[in-house]
Amino acid sequence: MEFASKSANEAFARVSVAAFVSQLDPTIEEIADIKTSVSEAVTNAIIHAYPNKDGVVKVRALLYEDEIEVEVSDTGEGIENIEEAREPLYTTKGNLERSGMGFTIMENFMDELKVESIVGLGTKVTMSKKINKALQKNTY
Amino acid sequence: MNVKHFIEDKLLIFEVNEEIDHHTSERIRKRADYEIERFMPKKVIFDFKKVNFMDSAGIGLIIGRYKLTNSFGGELELVNVSNKLRRVFEMSGILKIIPITQNFSNEKTG
Repeated sequence: MEFASKSANEAFARVSVAAFVSQLDPTIEEIADIKTSVSEAVTNAIIHAYPNKDGVVKVRALLYEDEIEVEVSDTGEGIENIEEAREPLYTTKGNLERSGMGFTIMENFMDELKVESIVGLGTKVTMSKKINKALQKNTY
Repeated sequence: MNVKHFIEDKLLIFEVNEEIDHHTSERIRKRADYEIERFMPKKVIFDFKKVNFMDSAGIGLIIGRYKLTNSFGGELELVNVSNKLRRVFEMSGILKIIPITQNFSNEKTG
């Protein structure tokens, strides 16, 4: 799905992904983790990719047998130093009271996180999470 | 957000009743700052009982209000924080300086 980089769309994005992943019968905690991570990625795109203008944020979600993959991409400013951006507490938007915890939360709440960015062209965040770990453990 | 003033105790309670993200936190922050600045409370309580979603915007929101309250010599406390919300707060380490009280009821008795 694609939507305008307006902060009001943050809730729409995370709720949509949560509804989509519900097919895999995730636990409440897994849904919360995914919603929070999507919210972080989409907020990053809205704040950092398009700081002074409106742009388009794209969210792509794929379901596998026991896993969800979510891709959040933009065609905005890009990240100069990804390593630095991923550091806990690192923020360039302290004036907006951003805590600098976005990537840290995505890393911790999802199983895998990949960040690709080209300055001037945009950023793509890909994250995935196994669903129903607990249930599988009981089955086998 | 509901705001409750307890004038004798110089206590201010914010009952947040919506999801907390970058979009909503700005409105919450403005209202909270307005109340803190005019009331200069000894204690500020954020009640999260009715919050069913929060992302890292909540961390920034609480750190900011903590600093403001502190600048007037007041304390800040979080109450009724669900496990979901606690996991987000825990990422940031702010729980080392800001206390959480569970099962808090602000229907003051007596």
